[in-house]
Amino acid sequence: MKITDDVPSALSALDRPNSYIGRSVPRPNLGRLMQGRGQYVSDVTLPRMAHAAFVRSPHAHARIRSIDTTAAKKAAGVIAVVTGAELAKVITPWVGVLTHLKGIKSAPQHAIAPQIACWRGEAVCAVVARTRAQAEDACELVAVDYEELPAVVDAETALDPGVPVIHPALGDNLTWERTHVAGDPDKGLREADAVVETTFVFGRHTGVTNEPRAIVADWNLGEQRLTVYQGTQAPHMMQNLFAKHLGLAEHQVRVLTKDVGGSFGIKVHTYADEMATVALSKLLGRPVKFVADRLESFVTDIHARDHRITAKIGVKNDGTITAWEIDDLTGIGPYSVYPRTSGIEANQVVNLVGGPYTCQNYRARARVVFQNKNVMCQYRAVGHPIATQVTEGLVELAAAKIGMDPLELRRRNLIADDAYPASGPSGIKFEALSHHASLAHLDAMMNYAGLRAEQARLREQGIHRGIGFASFIEVTNPSAAFYGVGGARISAQDGATVRLDATGAVFVHTGVSEQGQGAEAVIAQCVASAFGVPIGHVRVIMGDTDNTPYGGGTWASRAAGIGGEAAWQAGKALRDNVLAAAGSILQAKPETLDVRNGVVVDRATGTERIGLDEVARIVYFRPDTLPPGFQPELVATRHYVPRAWPFAFTNGVQASCVEVDTDTGFVSLLKHWCVEDCGTVINPQLVDEQIRGGIVQGIGAALFEHCVYDERGQLVNGNMADYLVPMAPEMPDIEIGHVVTPTADSELGAKGAGEAGTAGAPACVVNAINDALRPLGAKPITAIPVTPDRVLAALGKI
Amino acid sequence: MNDVVEITLTVNGEEVRERVEARKSLVDFLREDLALTGSHVGCEHGVCGACTVRVDGVIVRGCLMLAAQCDGCRVETIEGLSDAGEIADLQAAFEARNALQCGFCTPGMLLTAHDLLENEPAPDRARIRVHLSGNYCRCTGYQAIVDAVEAVAQERSTKR
Repeated sequence: MKITDDVPSALSALDRPNSYIGRSVPRPNLGRLMQGRGQYVSDVTLPRMAHAAFVRSPHAHARIRSIDTTAAKKAAGVIAVVTGAELAKVITPWVGVLTHLKGIKSAPQHAIAPQIACWRGEAVCAVVARTRAQAEDACELVAVDYEELPAVVDAETALDPGVPVIHPALGDNLTWERTHVAGDPDKGLREADAVVETTFVFGRHTGVTNEPRAIVADWNLGEQRLTVYQGTQAPHMMQNLFAKHLGLAEHQVRVLTKDVGGSFGIKVHTYADEMATVALSKLLGRPVKFVADRLESFVTDIHARDHRITAKIGVKNDGTITAWEIDDLTGIGPYSVYPRTSGIEANQVVNLVGGPYTCQNYRARARVVFQNKNVMCQYRAVGHPIATQVTEGLVELAAAKIGMDPLELRRRNLIADDAYPASGPSGIKFEALSHHASLAHLDAMMNYAGLRAEQARLREQGIHRGIGFASFIEVTNPSAAFYGVGGARISAQDGATVRLDATGAVFVHTGVSEQGQGAEAVIAQCVASAFGVPIGHVRVIMGDTDNTPYGGGTWASRAAGIGGEAAWQAGKALRDNVLAAAGSILQAKPETLDVRNGVVVDRATGTERIGLDEVARIVYFRPDTLPPGFQPELVATRHYVPRAWPFAFTNGVQASCVEVDTDTGFVSLLKHWCVEDCGTVINPQLVDEQIRGGIVQGIGAALFEHCVYDERGQLVNGNMADYLVPMAPEMPDIEIGHVVTPTADSELGAKGAGEAGTAGAPACVVNAINDALRPLGAKPITAIPVTPDRVLAALGKI
Repeated sequence: MNDVVEITLTVNGEEVRERVEARKSLVDFLREDLALTGSHVGCEHGVCGACTVRVDGVIVRGCLMLAAQCDGCRVETIEGLSDAGEIADLQAAFEARNALQCGFCTPGMLLTAHDLLENEPAPDRARIRVHLSGNYCRCTGYQAIVDAVEAVAQERSTKR
C-alpha cells in the first residue's frame, strides 16, 4: 500500500496510533438513523410551507389544447394553480446536451409542459395548497383538454420513415450516434474458428429509492435568497442549475442535503417537477415542498438500461478471442436528461465492451433515439452492466461453442497483470488492474472444482445447477473527462477544509455528500489518520453549498477516492499548521514534533509535549503569549482531482451459483462471490457492503426488474406490487474477496467501489442460468429480466 | 372527503387526543400531526414496510391503517421503542454490522426484526429472511441485516 508521509517519521502513516485507513470504523451517522432521528427531506417542514402536487399527462404524447383551472382554484386550501405557460415566466427551459458527445441533440424541456406532453407522467399543471392532500384533491379538478398524438414507443422503429418525429425542429428521432472501429474486426472474424452472434435485450428498469425524490424550496424575499433542501447527490451542480434557470446569481442559492433515503444515480439529475417546485417558491414567495409519491416515482424517476444490442465474438479453437462487434440501440424517452445527457450510457457501453481482454479488434455502433416514454439517464454503474453482460455473455457462449472451460477461456484472454499500463479496444486507458490475481482468488474462494463436481453429481439426480462468471472493469474517480470537458458545470475536483476547534476537536467540511454509502465515515477516517486524532474527535460537515468547499458530490464512485484524498491532504496540512503553532509555544522545531492520539508528541520518542486542547487554548484565547510575528493558522484546505488518468479503473470478477427448476422456470440463487480490486481499502466493511448492495441491485435487473410499457406508451406495472424488486428471502449470501492495486494518482491510492457489484451481477447470474440449462438443449437466454416464462421458453416448454 | 374524527390513543406511552381527517393514514398522522418522523413513507401501498409501527403489540403498515381506526389503541413507533431501550441490542448489532446504509428502511426493519425475536427465540437465517420479506431495503442486499438479527437472536437466547 502506497501511503507516504511528507515528513519522515519513526512511524509510517499507517502505523500511527490514529491510523484508521484499512479499518472498519462504524459510521457516525448510524445512531440517529436507527433511532428515527434522521432528517430526510421528506421530514422537513418550514413556517408558511405549502405543498405542490402535479397534474400529469395520462397520454404518452398529447397536445394540450386548453387547461381550465377555475374549479381547482376554488378548492379548499388551494394557494395557486399554475400552468406551464405561467411557470415559464419564472424559469427558463433547458437542453440536455454536452459538447464532447459530438452531434448529440435534444429539445428544450420545460419545468411544466406548456404545449405538448411527451410522456405519460409529464407534469402539465401544478397545484399548490396548504396540505399535500388538498393539493391532490384540487389536481382532480383541473380540466385539461388533450389532443392525443401518435406515440413513438418502440425504439426499433423510432428512426423509420413515416414514424412521427417527436421534436420536429430536430428533424428526426436520433438523439446521438457513435461509431468506433479499432484494429481489424473483419480480419479478426475471418481468422476465428468459431463466431457467436446473438442479440442481448435489457429490460428498462429504475432505481426505486426507498425515499422518493423530495425537495423543499424556500425563496426568501427579504434575503433575496433561495434555500433548497433537496435529496440530491450533487448540491453544487444543483445550485448552479437553480440559479441559471431562475435568473439568480449562484451566491443567491443555497442547497442543503441532509439525510438521503437512497440515490443510486437517480438523484443526480434535473427533474422537471423539482425545477417547478423551486420556481413555484420563487413565484409565491414562500416555501414549497414536493415529495414524489411512489406512483409518480415510477413514471418520473429516470429509467435506465433500455438497450438492444446485437453482438458478435470471434474465437479460435485455442481460446484466443479474435474480434468483438456490437450494435447498440437505446430508447431514452423524449428528452436527453439535463445536464449529464442521456448519451452517456450508450457511450459507456461502447467504451467498456471487451475492456478486460487483450483482443483489440473491435467495431461498435451505438444509436440513441427519442421515444414517448419516461426519460432514461445514468443509474448506478451506468452502462457497465450492459457492456459486461454483452462481453461476458459472448465469452461464455464462445467457451461453450469451442468446448472450453469458461474460466480457462478468460485466463487465455484477460490482460496480464504485469502488462500495465494498457488500453481497452475502445481506447480506454488502464493504469493497473489485476484480472488474473482476482480470478485466481475467486477460483480458490468458491472452490470451483468442487462446485463443478457437485453440479455433475446433482445433474444425475435431475437437479440443474449452473455456475456463471463475469470479469468486469469499473470507471471510478472521474476526472473532468467525464462531464467538465463537455461544458457541464459539474466539478471533478473536490475539497476539504479542516479546522481545529478551541478544545482540540476537528471539523471537516467536504464537498462530497452522504447517500448512505458511508462517505461521512470515510472522510472522518482520512482526517483522523492524517492529522492524528481519535476518530471521535472529528466532525464532518457535508451537503451544504454555503458551508463546504466547491465540489462534485457523490456519483461515479468518486467520494472516497477523490473526497477522501482531499480530506487526507487537508488533515496533513492542518497537522503542519498545528505543529508550527506547537513549536512556537514549546520553542521546538516543528519537524521534531508530531500529532498522535490528539496530543503533540516528540516525533522521535513519542513523549507527550502538549495537548491539542492546550495549543488551541493558547492560540485562540492567549495569542498575546505567542512570539511576535508568528500568526498561527488552525484551518487548512486542500483540493484534489485525478490528473494522470481520466478515470481510475477498478476490476474484479463475480461468480454465481444457481439452481433452475425446469418445471416452473424459477431460479434459486444459491451463492454469489465477488473478488474486486478498488485499490487501497479505506474501510473494508463499507466496501464489502457497497459491493453486496450493488450485487443485489444487479440481481434485481437480472431476474425481476422491468418497466413494462404497452403499445400506447403506458407504464403498466408502475407500482411496487407489480414492479418486482429484490427482497430478503430470494437473495443469496455473498462472499467477497479483495486484491489491492492502489492508484498512483493519489497518495491514498483508493479507487471507487460503489458500482462494481451492479456492473457484474446480471452477467454472471444469466451465465449461471445458461450453464444450468445448456445440457438440456435450451437456447441461450440473452434477455433480462430472466423471468420464469423466459426460462420455460428457452427450454421449449412454452 | 373532509369528515373529521376525534380519536384518543396512546402513542409511545403518551396520551394523544386529536381530530383527524377520516381518510388520513396512521403514518401520515404520526408524521404530520405528531411530528414523529421516524416512521417513513416509502410506497403508500403496503409493499415496502418503511412505515411499520406497532399497534396494540402487533406490527402493522402505517400506510394501510387509518388513524381513525386507532381510537383507543396503543401505538408504538421507532421513537418509542428506541427511547425505551427495547431494541438497544438490535441497534447495536445493526451498527456493528453496518446493516443500514441510507437508513430509510431501518426503523421498519428494526420493528419487524424485533417482532420476530419476540415471537420466535431461535430463528435461522432462512426464517429471518422470510420474516423480513415485507421490508424493502435497496442499499444493503439484506445480508448484513440478516447477520445482525441472527447475532441478536443468539445473544437474546443465551440471556433467556
